[in-house]
This record gives sequence, structure tokens and C-alpha cells, in this order.
Amino acid sequence: MDTTAQRPITIAILAMGGEGGGVLAEWIVDVAEHAGYIAQMTSVPGVAQRTGATNYYVELFPKHGAKANSPAPVLGLTPMPGDVDIVIASELMEAGRAVQRGLVTPDRTTFIVSTNRVYSMTERIAMADGRVDSTALLEGCKSAAKRIIHGDMAQLAEATGSVISAVLFGALAGSKALPMQRMAFEAAIHRGGVGVKASIAAFGAGYASAEGAPVPVKAEPPVLTHISPALAPLMAEAGSYAEPARMFVRAGVERLADYQDVAYARDYLDRVKAIAEIDRRHGNGSGMLLAETARELALGMAYEDTVRVAELKIRPSRFERVRAEVQAADGQIVEIAEFLHPRVQEIADTLPAGLGRWLLKTGWARGFVERFTRSGRVVKTSTIRGFLQLYFIASLKPTRRRSLRFANEQAFLREWLATVQTIAATNYALATEIATTRTLVKGYSDTHERGRRNYDMLMQMLPRIMETPDPAAALAALRKAALADDTGLALNIAIKDIRPLPQAAE
Amino acid sequence: MAERSFKEEVEKLKLGDGDEFHGEGILAVTKALLQSGVSYVAGYQGAPISHLMDVLADANEILEGLGVHFENSASEATAAATLAASVNYPLRGAVTFKSTVGTNVASDALANLASGGVTGGALVIIGEDYGEGSSIMQERVHAFAMKSQMWLLDPRPNLPSIVKAVETGFELSEASNTPVMLMLRIRACHVYGRFTTKANKRPEFTLVDALENPRRDLSRIAMPPMTYVHEKDKWEHRWPAAVKYVEDHRLNEFFDGEASDIGIVLQGGVYNTTIRALMLNGLADAYGDSKIPLYVMNVTYPLVDKEFVRFCAGKKAILIVEEGQPDYIEQAVNTILRRADIQTKIHGKDMLPMAGEYTGGVVREGIRKFIAKTRPDLIPGDAPSSEVAPLKQRESKAALSVSTEVHGRPPSFCTGCPERPIFAAMKLVERELGTHHVSADIGCHLFSIFPPFNVGATTMGYGLGAAGASALNVKAGKRAISMMGDGGFWHNGLTSGVGNAVFNKSDNVLIIVDNGYSAATGGQDIPSSFHPHANRGTQHSIETAVRGVGVTWAKTINNTYDVALMRDTLKEALTTKEKGPKVIIAHSECMLNKQRRIRPLWRKAADRGERVVRERFGVDADTCTGDHSCIRLSGCPSLTIAPNPDPLRREPITKVINSCVGCGLCGEGSHAAVLCPSFYRASLITNPTGWDRFKDRIRSAIIGFFQRRIERKLAAA
Repeated sequence: MDTTAQRPITIAILAMGGEGGGVLAEWIVDVAEHAGYIAQMTSVPGVAQRTGATNYYVELFPKHGAKANSPAPVLGLTPMPGDVDIVIASELMEAGRAVQRGLVTPDRTTFIVSTNRVYSMTERIAMADGRVDSTALLEGCKSAAKRIIHGDMAQLAEATGSVISAVLFGALAGSKALPMQRMAFEAAIHRGGVGVKASIAAFGAGYASAEGAPVPVKAEPPVLTHISPALAPLMAEAGSYAEPARMFVRAGVERLADYQDVAYARDYLDRVKAIAEIDRRHGNGSGMLLAETARELALGMAYEDTVRVAELKIRPSRFERVRAEVQAADGQIVEIAEFLHPRVQEIADTLPAGLGRWLLKTGWARGFVERFTRSGRVVKTSTIRGFLQLYFIASLKPTRRRSLRFANEQAFLREWLATVQTIAATNYALATEIATTRTLVKGYSDTHERGRRNYDMLMQMLPRIMETPDPAAALAALRKAALADDTGLALNIAIKDIRPLPQAAE
Repeated sequence: MAERSFKEEVEKLKLGDGDEFHGEGILAVTKALLQSGVSYVAGYQGAPISHLMDVLADANEILEGLGVHFENSASEATAAATLAASVNYPLRGAVTFKSTVGTNVASDALANLASGGVTGGALVIIGEDYGEGSSIMQERVHAFAMKSQMWLLDPRPNLPSIVKAVETGFELSEASNTPVMLMLRIRACHVYGRFTTKANKRPEFTLVDALENPRRDLSRIAMPPMTYVHEKDKWEHRWPAAVKYVEDHRLNEFFDGEASDIGIVLQGGVYNTTIRALMLNGLADAYGDSKIPLYVMNVTYPLVDKEFVRFCAGKKAILIVEEGQPDYIEQAVNTILRRADIQTKIHGKDMLPMAGEYTGGVVREGIRKFIAKTRPDLIPGDAPSSEVAPLKQRESKAALSVSTEVHGRPPSFCTGCPERPIFAAMKLVERELGTHHVSADIGCHLFSIFPPFNVGATTMGYGLGAAGASALNVKAGKRAISMMGDGGFWHNGLTSGVGNAVFNKSDNVLIIVDNGYSAATGGQDIPSSFHPHANRGTQHSIETAVRGVGVTWAKTINNTYDVALMRDTLKEALTTKEKGPKVIIAHSECMLNKQRRIRPLWRKAADRGERVVRERFGVDADTCTGDHSCIRLSGCPSLTIAPNPDPLRREPITKVINSCVGCGLCGEGSHAAVLCPSFYRASLITNPTGWDRFKDRIRSAIIGFFQRRIERKLAAA
């Protein structure tokens, strides 16, 4: 027989430490050995097993194919680019890594990919949205492989109360890329002996998904949206706007009615109306200025103050959401504790404007209050005492319009809107960017102060920005820089890079 | 209690004559030791040989049954010194550690051992942690073998060859009175395979015999004038004896091939990869039947001149496949052939890369170059031309389109790791006192050098964190901070770091991360492990040891998750007027091991119907504004991001996934850093007691009443 034609089946598994990639590899070895294959597996765990990217490599060689009285076949220890039959990736970015390393080739590779994302540190620590493009990743995987089987295996694992390795094992069986029957794969799980029941269920789900069964859509906790008669006309008015603004205006009206009252939602609509007029007059028909302003205005008006936080935390819907999130079963009791740290600032913000200002600038009073706010508080919302504390704060809602924070925020928003409107007359694109730039002001305490600082800095720079060839792009770039790090390093560099028009430079 | 239990694998150590062993390479070594009648085994854990230590630890009663003594050495130096038992007595001993970090630590003992030479077989099993996935700086153990003149075995990476290497290693050692190194690459240590076992052998001469009939032989002690005699003896007797044994017992292997005018010389360890490379060049089949003659060196030191002369006879060129730099073997072969006046051309590093792991793709390319230059006729047209597939692939649109989307994924602290809050606290101190010079160490805590913490300037080796800050010991506005793990502390840090700082009157700050295990190497026990241990002396306090060598400012924090306390203690250490080193012992159990310990207990308790409380954290999506400063202060794997459910917002929200173990850092962090009110802690009570249910009923009634009022108000709005 022509032995040069014989080659092993090569399988590479790309996973992250602690995901059970080793278990998957062991199952594959076991199923192969019982099917009369000589199996070899190896890995390079090292410190990678501490949540880092890691890989396992398996080779299978048919015993019956072996030459008469020949030595055992020589099996490889490293996956060789262009020579891998099956690549299994437990996560989408790891799948991308396999493609990047050239392990996935269109002439050979069956590519089994779990499309779930385990976000990288870079993506998670971004100050805004640092996520990579999942679609590009999946497209890359598709074009690289001979055949691809993909689905959110992590979700299947969760749904079946098992681990992703079992789902992937099922997908491998379902892919028919290995010559063994389904029974043989399941037998391996039974021999494994740990968490068999759940593993078999997960295996089944993976097998089905490989055969093209749709992945069940995760049931999100219900969002109750009822529209009171008082709000109906406002919603109707919001609905009269064209997209892209419409969805934002509708969401804005709902948000603000919920945040304060129908009257507050009315204020919102009136302000939106004014902007709509500006957009109509100076716009390019895209309606972007209106959309962005409507979106940011709603967020700005519904700023997160102590009252809002307290109110949100004691709602029945929130209690239900927590139960769902911790996957509490019937009969299990859930107790909730909040980690709050109100400082003098927040307290003053909640007081009537005059009193609030007095507290902040009166040394002894401030010092007195500070003594009680030095360390954070843990409030047990699920206890009567804790609940009533927050209930009381939430009940200050009617006084909000008179509070110091309200005064400050309104002043800020008026100024912002004014800038948007004046700039719109001369530079629509820039006005739109200014509208979006309000997004820098978000969060609490330090985060909020930092955001506000950066926003003010950019607004002060407007004259210089307007001297650049493309002011809108320049502002967008600066905003991006402001969100690059929380030390302001990138922003300072970006500011230095602002170049005025050549003629303006002379 | 090691990270992984080997109770099953231990059974494999009992296999007898003609049984088949299935398992990991490093476990096969363990079985081979028992088959060789070893008397004692010692070592220091570390990838890739941790499993050897762990399985022996779990195999205690089998070892006792065989009269084999096993020690978890305090360091690689201790392990190497343990081989002293084989100097005067016919005792077979083996020690193991990873190279080259372990070999560095062991060098002093190894040099002394090699100088005097041995009577009983002395085997040093080395996990060569070189190449892809390595966790240490890249060096070769080969240099250590040469400098101390110890023989180096580099067997083919299959279980029968590895087992044979262990057995012949002892014999070679005894035949040449020289300690022998057996090196195994990472993938070989972890390779799963099979071999036919022999029955375990009781040592004929035991440690008891040695203790009760002590012997000494002045000529074996490394002390002038004997040391000079040793040097002569090494060259005049031990080397020739070793070469003779290697030749007589055919430890190196020759494989014929039809293309007899060329050949490939390779280290045993790269055999499988070389065969696959030949196969993909159409020059070998899957059984290793190669068209090119092969000379496989299962012994890479000493080289056997005669074998080279024989192999090169009638060959116009050879290719040397030698992994790692510098090219020790290639240089030696050049000398050998010149001395023998053989004109065979020597290729090697001119066709293969000088440095880096010899993975399949690399060797395939190197061999193709060699064949193209020496025997182009051997490259069949239809053979997959080596670079085509990978290169085309690498350049392909697919690869390019993903490459921008793929981030590096370095190792990081596990979910709920007690070391994370230490660095969170350091970041908070940074905000107040500015940045400090931080001297890092080896261990999980070294992950602090990566985002989100970006803390740590240098690492000089295991237990050398404090030593690494020695020079920065002058009057200045700031103090240096050094890190050290409990593993590194007992390994050498107590003397090299703490003792040194006391003696040199250092004012610097040392944080000792005390998680109760040698965690990074797999959770092995150490003297300060807080659980009682049947065969080891644990529960020895680090603070007592530190004060014992003269530290006066020492504080133990028993809950590292208390970020505020960590922050304030570190601040005090950095600012106190008190002279001398300031030592903070940050003590909380390694979460990986803790979970492994308590999860089963919880499950059992819950099944028994007992009250079990599981805590985990969560984030309220509607109050989270997507700034992620909480993640920048933690980086916990269970603290991640998710699409924002709010149509008005674009930034993803922070989300705590169900893998959360409720360590408490999220809450403590948001308090200490005044982050945001979005975090909540949920206590999930399984099998609530009557009192729990009663409280719950009352609460639900009253809270429910108010919540209905809220609902009504909302409905009206």
C-alpha cells in the first residue's frame, strides 16, 4: 500500500485558560481510541491557564491503516499552518487568532467556532465603546475555512447548565468531520464520569446546532412600557418626527416623564422642536443634528442624581431583574445590598439651590456633614430599613426642580443648546459634533467631573477648532482622544496637534 | 493541596510487567523512576514539570511501600543538593525542576555535584520551558550541561523513548560517575501517549543502609587539591566512559534513507516535528520512513565524534536541526569534522532560524531549503510546496481582515483573585502620592504589569522582588515598592530580599502576597499554607519569619479585599517616619484553590438541605453610564461589558457575569474610589431556614405595599 498517502487527522483547539479545552481534547482522544485510532494530544498551558489564550493539539491515526509490523506512526506536536483538518475555537476572537496564525485553510479546514465574545482587556477598559468588529471577525473566519460551523455555544452551555467544551464536543460530532458515530462521542462523555447529565444535554445542543438548529434566543427580563393617557399626546408628537430622530425623541419623552413628570417631558419636546426648526433651516436633510441633540438632550435632562438612583433601585421591576440575573430558583431567597457613597457634593446637590450653595461654601457646615460621608454606605434594599431609606430619598423627586443640581444642569444644557444652535447656522456638521460631544459629561463623582472638565476644554477650543480645514472631524478626533484614557494624556497630545488652515497660520 | 488531583493517575504507577500505561509524558517519567529502582526523588514545581511533583505528592503511600523517599524541596538548589546522597552511596536519586530558571538556582549544587562525581545514578529531570507558550526568559539548558560537564539526554518525544531515557540515564550516570540531565520540552511533558510498563523495583541499597553505615570518600569532596583532580578525571575518565556507554548501548539512533549522499542530524526532541516536515515535503511517510538518512541524537552532550564521522562518510552535506541559540551543536560538529578532515558541508542555522521554537512550519521550510540546495531532484512536483499553504493563507484577505480585530490575550488574575485588590489599592495610592518605582517578582502577581494595572518595572527572578529594589535605597522623596509572593518568599526571598533589606538598612516597602499556596505553579503547599498537612509542616507565619530576621515595621492584612485598608496601610508604609524596611503581608486565600476547596462542600451541604448562602455582585444597567472605571480598577474576568439596553446610549454597559464568586472587590472598590452607585451584592440563600422565610414574608409584605404605591405613581405619570 502507498504509505505516503496516509496521514493523521489533525485537530487544533484554541481556547482560554479555565474553559475546559483540555477536557475537550481528552474526550476527543477517548472517542478516537475506542474507535481504533492511535491518539496523541499535547498542549502548552503554562501560565496561559490563568485566563490567557491557550491551545491544544490532537492527532489521530487509524490503527488498521498501520503498515504490517511497522513501528507506531510518528505524530506531530505542533499544528502546522496549512495542515490542520479541524480547528475548534471556543470564542470568536480566538477563532480570529486561529485564522491569523494560518491554521485555518480553505483547502482543508473544518472550522468550528463559538461566536460568543469574551471581551479582551483592551475592549473592557475603554472609556466608551472599545469593542472590535465581530462581523469582520466572523466574515474572516468564513472566508478562511473550507467549511465553517458557528453559533453561540456559550449560550447553549448556559441554557443546558453545562460548560462550553461539551457543546463544542457536540458540534464536532454534529459536523461529521470525524468518522465516529454520535453514540461513540456520547459514550466518551459517560466514561468521563463527571457532570455526565448536563454534559450530554450540552452535547446534544451542540450537535443540533452543527446540523443547523437555530440557537434559542435568550429571554431578556421584560421591560414594562405602558403609556399613560397624560403622556399619549406627547408620544404622538414625538412620533411625528422622522427617523433617525423619531426613536430618540420617543425614548426621550418616555424617559423624562419617568424621570420627573409629564411637564418635564413637555419641556423636552419644546426644546427638541426648536432644534428641529434649526435643523430644517440649516440641515442637509440627514436630520443628524436633530437626532444627536434629541438623544443627548434626553440624557442630559435625565442626569443621574441621588433621587434617580434611589428611585431606580427600589422599583419592583428592578427586584425582579436582580432575581433573574443571579438565576434565583423558586424557594431561594435573594437579599440585595447597594454600595453607595454620597458625598457633601451630592447632598448639597439634592438640597434647594440656595441651601445647597450655602452648605458647600460654609466651612463648619461642610465639615460637619463630611464627617458622616467619609466612607461609603452599604444599604440593604431588601430590608425594610434599607428600603425606606432609599424610598425617602426617592420621594424627594417633587423638590428636584428646586435643587442645586437641577439649576446647574439646566444652565449647562441651555449653554450647550445655544452653542449648537449658533454654530448650526454656519457649520451644520460641527454643530452635530458639538451635540454629540455632550456625551463626555456622564457618570458620577470623579468620572463626571473629569467629563465636564474635558467638555469645557473642548468648548473653549471651538474658535481654534473652527480654524482647521475640517472642524467637525477635528472636534470628533478631540472627543475620541478625551475618551482614550482617564489621565487626559491623549487629549493633551491631540490638542497640540490641532493645526489651523495654512492661510490662517500666516 | 495542589490545583489538580492525581488520585487516578497514581493508580497507573502500580502497573506491572507488560501492562499498558496511557497518560501524560511527565507521568510516564514518574512511572519510569519507580521501574528504575530509584531511592529518593525531590524537586521544585513549575511548568512543565509541576505534574511530576503533584503526582508524587499524591502517591505517598505507594512510594513508602517501595521505600522511596519524596521531598518537596524548598528550592531548586535544595533539590540539586539532595543528589549528594548519591555521591558516596549506590543510591539512585532523581530531582526535577524547570529550566532554565530552576537550573540557574541549582547551579551551585550542580557544579559541586558534577565536580566530585557520583556513585549512584543521579538524574536531573529538566522541563525545558523554551518556545511558544513559555512562561520564562528564553535560554537553553544545554549550556549548563556543558559548563558543569553533565550529560544531556534529549529523547524522542514519545513515551517509550522518554521512559527508556530515564532507565538508561541512571545507567549512564553510574557508568561515568557523572550526574545526567534529562531534558523534556513543554509539549513532550504534556504529550499524551502510551508505553508498556515494567513492575516497580525496590532499591537494593536503601537510605536506611546509608544512614546506618555512613561512608565518606575525600576524593569526591569539592575542595582543593581534589577539585583539580576532578577536572582531570572529568576529561580523562568520565567523558570517555560516557561516550563508550552511549555508543555501546546505541542511545543515539541512525535511520537509513535512499538519498545516502545527504543527511539530517537532529536532537531527539525535535524528531516528530522533523518527520512531519519531511512528510509534508514528500520525503517521508507517517511511520518515519524517510528518504533522507537521519542521525537522531537522544544524547546531545557529549557528542560522539565517531558517530558523526560514520554518518558523514560519503555525504556531501548534512543539515543540523538544533533548536535554540547559540548553535552549540553545530559549532561542535564543525570542529569534529575539521579534526577528522571530512569535507561534508554543514548546514543548520543558515537554513533554519537561529532562535525560537522549531515548530512544524519552520522546520518544513528549513528542510525544503536544504533539499532544494543539495538534492533538488528529490522535491516531487506534486508535493505540497512548503510555504505555499501558510504564506498564501497569511496574506489572504481573511487573515488580514481579522488581524486588526484580534487583540493579544495575556494571562491575568483569575475571577475573584485576592491579589487584584492589592493592585487596585496601589492605583488609588498612585492618585494621591504619585507613581513609585515598583520592583516585581515571579508569580501570579506579575500579571500586574499588564493592563488594567500597568504596575511593575522589572522582575529579576523568583523571590527576588525585594532584591531588585536594593540599589534604590537612598534618601529620596519617594520609596520603592517591591512585590514578592509567599512562594518566592520561602524559596529565597526571606534572605535575599528581607534579610538583605534589614542588613542594608533599606527604607523601602515590601508587599508579600500571601495566598497560601505556590499558586502560579499549580497551587502546591508551602510552609505558610494555612491548612494542616499530613506529610508536610505547614501553618508557619510569614510575619514571624520576617520579624525573626529583624524587621520591626511589619503588618499583616487578613482580608486583601478591604481595598480601603490596603490603600491606607500602603500609604502609611510609604510615608511613615520609622526607619528600616516596611513589610506588608497581604493575606487572602488563592481564589482558584479556595473555590476548588469549598464548591464541593457547598454542593454537598445544599443537597443535604442545609442553608447555603452564595454571594455575587451585579450592576444596574439603568444607572451604569458605561465609563468602565470599575473595570480599570479591577480587570476581573467576571466583570465585563454588554450591549447597552438603553436606546439613548451607545457605550456598552458594565456587566457582572454569573462566574462571579462574590469576592467583594467590586463593592469595596466602588466605595474606596467613590466610583458609582450601580454595584449591588446579591446574597442567594438556598434552603432558607424558617426564620429566613418569616423575615422574607414580612419584608415582601411591607416593601410590596410601598412598591405598589410606586407603580401607581408611575402609571399616573
